[in-house]
Parts: sequence; C-alpha cells; structure tokens
Amino acid sequence: MRLFRRLLSAALLLAAALLIAWAAPASVRAQTAGGDLAPALAKIAADSYSDTEAALVLLSASTNPQAGVIVAALSDGRLLVDPATKAVYVRAKAGDALADAATGAAVSVAPAGLKPVRLNNRVRRAAEAAAGALSLLAPDPAKRLEAAGAVFKSRDAAALPTLDAALAKETVPQVRDALQQAKAAILVTSSSASEADRLAAVNLVVARGDQEALALLANLPADAPASLKAAAANGIAKINRSLAIWSVAQNVWYGLSLGSVLLLAAIGLAITFGVMGVINMAHGEMVMLGAYTTYVVQDAIRTDAPWLFGWSLAIALPLAFLFTGVVGIVIERTVIRFLYGRPLETLLATWGISLMLQQAVRSVFGPTNKEVGAPSWMSGAFQVGQLSITYNRLWIIVFALLVFFALLVVLKRTSLGLYVRAVTQNRRMAAAMGIRTGRIDALTFGLGSGIAGIAGVALSQIDNVSPNLGQGYIIDSFMVVVFGGVGNLWGTLVGALTLGVANKLLEPFAGAVLGKIALLVFIILFIQKRPRGLFALKGRSVEA
Amino acid sequence: MRSLGILDRRGLIFIVLVLAAGVLIPLANLLAPAGSPFHVSDYLVPLLGKYLCYALLAVAVDLVWGYCGVLSLGHGAFFALGGYAMGMYLMRQIGPRGVYGNPVLPDFMVFLNYKELPWFWLGFDHFAFAALMVLVVPGLLAFAFGWFAFRSRVTGVYLSIITQAMTFALMLAFFRNDMGFGGNNGLTDFKDILGFSITAGTTRGALFFASAVALAAGYLLCRALVTSKYGKVLVAVRDAESRTRFLGYKVANYKLLAWTVSAMLAGVAGALYVPQVGIINPGEFAPANSIEMVIWVAVGGRGTLVGAALGALVVNAGKTWFTGALPEAWLFALGALFVVVTLFMPRGIIGLWGDLTSRLRKPAGPVPAPKPAE
Repeated sequence: MRLFRRLLSAALLLAAALLIAWAAPASVRAQTAGGDLAPALAKIAADSYSDTEAALVLLSASTNPQAGVIVAALSDGRLLVDPATKAVYVRAKAGDALADAATGAAVSVAPAGLKPVRLNNRVRRAAEAAAGALSLLAPDPAKRLEAAGAVFKSRDAAALPTLDAALAKETVPQVRDALQQAKAAILVTSSSASEADRLAAVNLVVARGDQEALALLANLPADAPASLKAAAANGIAKINRSLAIWSVAQNVWYGLSLGSVLLLAAIGLAITFGVMGVINMAHGEMVMLGAYTTYVVQDAIRTDAPWLFGWSLAIALPLAFLFTGVVGIVIERTVIRFLYGRPLETLLATWGISLMLQQAVRSVFGPTNKEVGAPSWMSGAFQVGQLSITYNRLWIIVFALLVFFALLVVLKRTSLGLYVRAVTQNRRMAAAMGIRTGRIDALTFGLGSGIAGIAGVALSQIDNVSPNLGQGYIIDSFMVVVFGGVGNLWGTLVGALTLGVANKLLEPFAGAVLGKIALLVFIILFIQKRPRGLFALKGRSVEA
Repeated sequence: MRSLGILDRRGLIFIVLVLAAGVLIPLANLLAPAGSPFHVSDYLVPLLGKYLCYALLAVAVDLVWGYCGVLSLGHGAFFALGGYAMGMYLMRQIGPRGVYGNPVLPDFMVFLNYKELPWFWLGFDHFAFAALMVLVVPGLLAFAFGWFAFRSRVTGVYLSIITQAMTFALMLAFFRNDMGFGGNNGLTDFKDILGFSITAGTTRGALFFASAVALAAGYLLCRALVTSKYGKVLVAVRDAESRTRFLGYKVANYKLLAWTVSAMLAGVAGALYVPQVGIINPGEFAPANSIEMVIWVAVGGRGTLVGAALGALVVNAGKTWFTGALPEAWLFALGALFVVVTLFMPRGIIGLWGDLTSRLRKPAGPVPAPKPAE
C-alpha cells in the first residue's frame, strides 16, 4: 500500500514537471514572471564574459529580490545555463536542487547538458560590486551598513544609482552616514563629477577618518585637479593626526585591560602580604585552581545541563571562591601558622606548596591546556570611533573593579575588615585588644586565596588553562604589590593600572619584551627610592 | 683542631673529602677497566661534576643568606652570567668548525645575518679574558645592584622580590635574539677548551678536578670571611641590622662585600658548569631555578657552608633519581622538601646531625643552638 502511494506521488510529480516544461519554455517564463530580469538573464545565457558583465550592471540596478540570488550564485559558480533553451538555473548551495533563476521556483527535473556560467577576474569583480550594490537595499540595516562599507572600498561608479536610491529612503542615521561616505568615495575618484562635488566629497571622506579613508585619499587618480589634491593632502594630515591619537587611546585601553588582569591577580596577594607580611608564592596556583574550577563546572554543564552554559561563569564564581578559600585556609592552618615571624621561610614553604599543587593538577587533569568556553555575552567586539573593544576584555575590567570595590567594602565596613586592618597596622596591639590574630590570619589567607580563585575564573577566559597558568602571573603580581605598597588597596589599584598602561604604551616603541624589561628595571630602581612602595603605611609599626 | 686556623673539624673533613673525590673519581673513570667495581662511568663524571658546581653555588648562596640574612632569589642570574662568559669563550673556540664554517662568527650569528662580531664578544677568544669576565661581570652586576639596594635599606621580602625581578628581566633579555647571545637556544655545540676536546675523558676528568678544587677554594674563602672579625659583624647584621647600624658599623658596606663575593663565586660555578653540561641557555635565569638553590641551602643547613654544599649534593642526587625513576613524583618530593625543611628542620641536615649526636652523648637533651634570625 505504502509502496503504491509513493509510486503514485512520484508519477504525479513527474507528470507535473513535464507539463510545466512543455507549457512554458524557460526564457518565456522569465519574461513573464521575472519582468525586469529578462534582459540580464538573456545576456547571461549568451555566456560571454562581456555579456555577463553587462548583465551584472543591469542586475545591480534591479529591485527584484531574485537579483541578489543570481549574483551570489554567479560568483560561487552555481549559476547554470541550458545551452539548448537558453534557460538559466540556480543550483542550491548544498545539494543538487535546482531553481529557476528568474522566479526562484524549484525545478524538479534537471535538463541535460547544463553548463555553469564561466567566470574570469573581471566578472568576479563586477559580481562583487553588484552584490555590494544590491545589498545596499537589503531590509536589514546591518547588511546595508556592510554593503556601504564594501562600496566605499570598491568605489564602483556603477553603484551610484543604487546608492542614490538607498540614500533617498534610508532612515537609520548611522547607515545614512556610511552611504554618504560611500557616495563620496565614488565622487572623489570619478573624473566626471564636478570639482565642487569632489571637494565636498573629500571632506566627507576625511570625516570618516580611518585607514581606508587614508588609502583612498593617498591613491587619487593622476588626473585629479590640483585643488582636489591639496584638499586630499590636508585631509591625510588630519586623518593621520587623529589616527595617532586613536592608536594611543587603543594602547591605553589595552593597558587598562592588562592592568585589570594584574589587579585581579595581585589583589588577593596584597591583602595576605599586608596582613601577614608574607608573600604567598602559591598565590598563582590559587588563580590556577580557580580557572580549573571553571573548567570542571563547564564540563559538568556540558554533559548534564547544556542549557545552563550561559550561566557557567556565574556558577563557577562562588564555587571557585569557596574552593580556593578553603584550600587557602588549610594551607594557613597546616603550614604557614607555624612559621610566623619568619617571612622568608614562609616564602620558601609556600613555593613548595605551589610546586605540589601544580604537579597535583598536572597528575589529575594532564599537562595539556583545557578548553574553557566563553558564554555568548562575552564574545565579540564593538567599535568606538577607531577603537576596537572586545567584550571579554571589557567584562574583565568591569569585573576587576567590582571585586576591588567589594573587597574595599569588606575591609572598611565589616568587623572582619576592622580586625584585618588592626592586625595589619599593629599585630601585637591588636592582640592586646582581644583580637584573635591567628583566626584573622586564617580568614585573611582564605579571603585572599578565594579572591585569587575568582580571578582564575576571569582569567580562564583570556588565558590558557594549564597547570602553569599561575606561574605566568606570580612575578607580575609581586611587582604590582611591591610597587603599590603594602596595607593599602588603593596602592594595588594604582600600581596595577599604572604598570598595565605603562607596559602597553612602551610596547610600540620598545617591543613587548624590552618594554617589560624596562618596567622591571624601573621597579627595581623605584624600590630603592621608596622601599615600601607607592603608598606605604606610615609609622614605626612597619619597621620590621 | 686548630691546625689551619679557619677550619674546624667539620670543615677539614669536608675539604679532604672534596679533594679526594676530585682526584679519585676521574682516576676511577680513566684507569679502572669498565667491568671493575671501582669504575665510574662516563655518564657519571660530568653529572657529579655538575653537582660540585651546584655545591659551590650553594656555598655562595649560604654566604649571603646564612651569614648576612639576605635571601637572594636571583643567584641564578650570577651563575648564568658566569656560564655565558665561559660559553662565549667556548663558542669562539669552535672557529671554522661550525655548521656554516665562518671562522669568526658563531653559527647563530651567521644565521641571524650578523656582519661582524658585536663589541661585547671581543676578547672572548682568549681564555684569560673570559676567565676574568667570569668574575667581573657577575661581580659588577652584584656590586651595582647591592650598592643601590643596601644603601636604600631595601630588606627582607622586598629585597628578595627585586632580586627575583632582576633575574626575570635578564631571562627575558637573553631570550631575545637581538641580544647577541643566541636567544632561545643559548650557546652550545662546543668543541674544545684550551685546545683539548671537550668530550674527551681526560678533559672531563680535569674539569671535574677543577670543580672540586673550586669548591674547596670557595669554601675556604667563605670560611675565612665568616670566621674573621668581618664575619662577626656580618652575623650581627643578620641578627639585628638596626642595632648594628646604631653601633656605628656601615651595614651597607658589610653586606655589599659579602654579596659581591657571593655573586663572583656563583659566576665561577656557572663557568665550570657550562663545559661539563655542554650548553648554556636563558632557562638558567628562570626565577624557579634561583628559588631551588635556596632550598639546597635550607636542606643542608643554613649558615653552615658545609651544609649548603651537602644540601646541593643531596637534593640534586634526589632530583636525578626521581626524574629518572618517578618523574611524576619529583615535584611532589621537591615541594614537600620545601615544606618539611622549613617546618621541621630549620637548621637542615647538619642541625639534625648535631641534635642526634649531642642527644647520644648527653641524654638529658641538647642545648638549643642559636637560631639565625631573619
């Protein structure tokens, strides 16, 4: 029964197809259904390069939605011609399904002897320009914006009518600007436009102010009038000035981004150092453990609850804080508290702990990098003027500042914070006032480690999650802490951001490595001048 | 046992053992036939020679940490600089035997399109000049560094951190190809030293002997320093820096001398190390290496000199064994060593030995030895 039904439907389809093929030859149908496309398709069917190019010019001025499909198919080599009937077909991107070029209607039986329309470089360029012109009229503003950018680059005079049409009905200001710039680009380079128009166009191009505008003005046609050349030279100088400022701004942005990473890595170190006077060499490993917590959380989410993936970082944050905080308290209770008053030996012991933690993670998770994914709201980038800003960097800066101010509130507004500050400033006096300094040490160490853990969650987004993750940050964190000074969180903030920005501003002149060396030397010299850092605690209690 | 003035019984035993090993081990390698129980294999001689260099380095670290209270996390830099000075001499000795056959330029310079030898490579074709540089370069760096740091009274953890920054900066610098020190790959492919093939058994034996002599001499020098009146002030600086300053001593100068001598000893250790392992690269500057040196001293016993050398031997022998037999466990073992030594053996193996022997002699319990303060 089922077999019978299938056979019947196949036969019916075949009959219908035959009927259509018989009733209306393709070229005729194109004229009736596609209207304005017919002359272009007739030219394409001739399959000579120059005819195809002419057809593209026709197509680019068309308002028929099918024109875009045809142009795209042509550049991909999916546009087929039946030499016998001169009918033009479009093959689907995937698979062999055929559609009539003029109407977009599916063709179930492929005629024999179909040949793809041939392409050469001229045709390809014309197809690109036509595609650009066509998408100028696309309903999606983002597409129109992109198309305007493409026309700006190609400066194809053929797009001018379409540009005017698009400008006439454009309502989005941003797209309108882009369209005007594209038009200006065409006018500047076309020798047929009037000199006044071209001069006005130069100003529009200068207003755009990016590398492409620069390229356009630098490559004016040789026959351009002198006034135009002078205006262009002026414009180039102007653009170069503004680009120089933008590039400094971009480097400052990179510097802030690096600074926020340093801040995240160093802030936990700063409070443990401030309170206990000990540099915790295992601090970097706490960052690493936080990053691995993120990996484990994401791994669990991937297998058990994929819909939660967007929340994975939010879930990992408290877990990382708790986990590394507990690890920190365990380290403090089992090792560090026996070494009070011997800061250098604590430094060695924590270094030993860091080696063991690294090897433990390597044994459990393997030595290779683990992949930590980014939720969708952290990927991508946007432009501010000539500044390119990626979302993950932006979020890390925001996050670092949030952590910083949260910690500031904890230290200034809670009783734990009060005790911590008391112990930092004068341990023995604090003990005499009834503060259990040992307990404060443990809690502070846990807090510092926990903050390192959440720093690890953030850093897992921009760095390789491997057992060596922490090693890369530990020296930089030291530098931030000794530069900023002990016992003052603002010092850490200023230190981190200063070092980050200075590093990135030095990079264009000195290169990445020399810039970093210069900074290290600077810090070594700075410590000579101010042995207790930028914001040192004043008073005798600091003297060891 | 006052025969040598500066040597106590422990020191005398140490010197005798080191020199005996320096003579006997190369002889056992060269003279004893391969099957004999006294034979020392070709693999073992440079390995043990390497340990002797580490021991000298540990003695140098102990001089500043054990007697002067300066925890250096950057002695690897002095060691590596000495090594590079020797490496440069050995590179020049290759001459036209390199892959590119250039009689003047080392291979990596030909590869990097150097036209002529950079000025800082001049003179390194003479052994005497190179040997001088082995002392002068680390010494000058240490002097300049210490001059600023000690005068500014940078102490404690801060000093440790900036010594670490120093070696880290040098590591980054030497990793650059433009520096003219072979970049990433460092200096290697050495052919001969003073005209003798560097791989020959006799050369290896001689280098081993030289390392043993250097260790003994370095020990004697440090011992002479710390047993002198100068050494007493040094210990006073270690235990109560401010008080010593108030008593009228120029603390910075006392520290500076010990610091510079220590750096030069580290340079010598590096120079002897390079021909025996056959390579020097920027990895030697890695901060982790410098921290490891400190633990050698801590394991053996800080402030004892002999203990430092002993610790270097024990830890490195352990490292060789572990990385061969249980590579996974090495970092656990090293990490645990750091923790256990700082927690339970603040005076290291020497201190433990002292406790045990005095307990055997006098069951009532040992008199606690004075603990070195920070």
